[in-house]
Amino acid sequence: MTKQEQHTRTKRYGMVIDLDRCTGCGACMVACYAENNVPFKKNESDKMLSLNWIRVFKVDNGKPFPDTEICYIPKPCMQCDGRHMEGHSPCVSVCPAVATDYDYPTGIVSQIYTRCFGCRYCMAACPYHARKFNWWDPSWPAEMEKYLNPDVSVRMRGVVEKCSFCYHRYQKARDKAYLEGRDEIYEHEYQPACVEACPTGAMTFGDLLNPEHEVYKLSRSKKAFRLLEKLHTNPKVYYLSSKSWVRRKADNYLEGQSPGQQNNARKTETASH
Amino acid sequence: MTTPAIPEGVKRCSTGKFALWLAVVGAVLLWGVYAMFLVWYKGLNQTGMNDAYGFALWIWADLTVIALGGGAFFSGFLTYIIGKKELKSIINYAVIIGFICYSSALLILALDIGQPLRGWFIFWHANVHSMLTEVAFCLSVYFAVLTIEFLPIVLENPKLDRIPFLHHLSHNLHEVMAVFAATGVFLSFFHQGSLGGVAGVLYGRPFAFREGLLIWPWTFFLFTWSAAAVGPCFTVLITRITEKVTGKKLVKQATFRLLAKISGWMLLTYMIAKIIDTWYWAAVTAPAKGFTLMDFYTNNPVYGIWILIAELVICGLLPAVILVTRKGRENNLLLMTGVILAVIGVCINRWVMVLQVMAAPLLPFQDWYMYMPTWQEIATTILPIAYGIILIMLAYRYLPVFPQEKELNSGS
Repeated sequence: MTKQEQHTRTKRYGMVIDLDRCTGCGACMVACYAENNVPFKKNESDKMLSLNWIRVFKVDNGKPFPDTEICYIPKPCMQCDGRHMEGHSPCVSVCPAVATDYDYPTGIVSQIYTRCFGCRYCMAACPYHARKFNWWDPSWPAEMEKYLNPDVSVRMRGVVEKCSFCYHRYQKARDKAYLEGRDEIYEHEYQPACVEACPTGAMTFGDLLNPEHEVYKLSRSKKAFRLLEKLHTNPKVYYLSSKSWVRRKADNYLEGQSPGQQNNARKTETASH
Repeated sequence: MTTPAIPEGVKRCSTGKFALWLAVVGAVLLWGVYAMFLVWYKGLNQTGMNDAYGFALWIWADLTVIALGGGAFFSGFLTYIIGKKELKSIINYAVIIGFICYSSALLILALDIGQPLRGWFIFWHANVHSMLTEVAFCLSVYFAVLTIEFLPIVLENPKLDRIPFLHHLSHNLHEVMAVFAATGVFLSFFHQGSLGGVAGVLYGRPFAFREGLLIWPWTFFLFTWSAAAVGPCFTVLITRITEKVTGKKLVKQATFRLLAKISGWMLLTYMIAKIIDTWYWAAVTAPAKGFTLMDFYTNNPVYGIWILIAELVICGLLPAVILVTRKGRENNLLLMTGVILAVIGVCINRWVMVLQVMAAPLLPFQDWYMYMPTWQEIATTILPIAYGIILIMLAYRYLPVFPQEKELNSGS
């Protein structure tokens, strides 16, 4: 039995984003808009009203020139495993109508648009602001409607949407594997649009539990960290950075605390899982 | 001879004066109704909410009216379960105020959801892990109970009372009212608590999150407690306002004082629990997530430490001390100061547990989120107040709401 076959049942699809490589070009955002039929308005200046499943944040070290350093942080849905790693991510457990669910075979947090009735409790629960509300009816310029992705349903006004790790691509890859008589899909067969579009290769995607997948090794790197780890949401999006000031931007620390202490605590948690 | 619509032995203003005031309040109501239809027709883009403020003015209004409407269940509990007969003179009004508050809450909820036609999904696809599911079930059932409690009061209208079937129905409903009061108490303990749980379970939001007992965060118990404490204060406040407006004595002073005394002790014990909860949250819960107390009260233009002091001291401990002391209750000015401060206190509590939760930043590279409601949100929040005033006007004019009114105003 190969190592790949040992990992046929439960997956934990996750992403590792190397912030040392990210240039903030926004290709991941553009690819996501196109792949997932994310609508946009004429005026997108108010970012808190913008629909974006992945958004790139610009942060700096707070020092004046010439010591200024800048880092770009792409932020998709963190696909949290929740406290105790049992799938009760902050948003899933609060949704009153099971319109968002944790998919145990993949670890991906889904959003069922036709069941969501727009109470927005999941948005209140998400510490990453990964969830977006359709404040308006979706619309595209007439000629763009021809380019909508037929594999992804468009969403109606009044419902919440979010990054799905391009779950429709997972379904396609699984169908292909089935037709070819395989139980498993290969790492390259299922990659989200943002990862494919990244020109610097800063984004890596795969099964965090599969030692043959790149993300397995990267997520265990000394440079790896996650956003707001102290909240114990257990995200499946990891970041890599060699800069300590970037690490400090990822979480809140009391006086005297350092990111290193937290990394050790997280490793113990992941190992026990 | 035709039966008058106004209850026997009480005086009411002329039909013209009544219609004039009805038109004034009705105009405000129509303004709210117009805003309501704009929201339903055009969607939630008519509000000042955004992706950071998924919960805003409406959810605050919801939580607040339900807390203030708590006077119905707690007065019912005291009257029918504990046996405080003195409160029978105010229980009708407490029920009507509760009915207004809960029907308003349901209306606001219907506005607040992005897909109002799917509102029933909360019952059909119920997620048993969600506090909001529990709120929806208990709220709806309790509203049904309040309607049943309100029905015999409506049936006592002289014109309706003439119909034998309705007369007997009203009589029989009165006989079994203790059963409904007990059901209301049971349901209220749960949905008041669940509303507290809505914020308390948010473990991704350190400002709101609280540890607790089994599946219930401490906010679950604190919300029930505060609603039981302040709900009767709101009943006293509205009754006193009604007395001022009508120029009549409607309830004996002793009843107000009894209700204020019970409220005072409930408020004092609630404040002790709330201060312990705040201390534990500030010293243990928030620091474990990387936050100090002052992180939640600095670097923003609105939420300074003043709001915590206002909630806990000025509108918490102070009214509690006023209401538990005999001198405080016997001095009319002090009594009303205590009652008003307590009501403001619970409004502040619900505000911070909704709005400040949304405002506080979590990632160090994000700033505080500020929010400004639109006129549509404000109009639809005022709408229930106008509706409540109209219902009170109608109830006061046509129903025997206050059993002591005749006796208290016999000299005038």
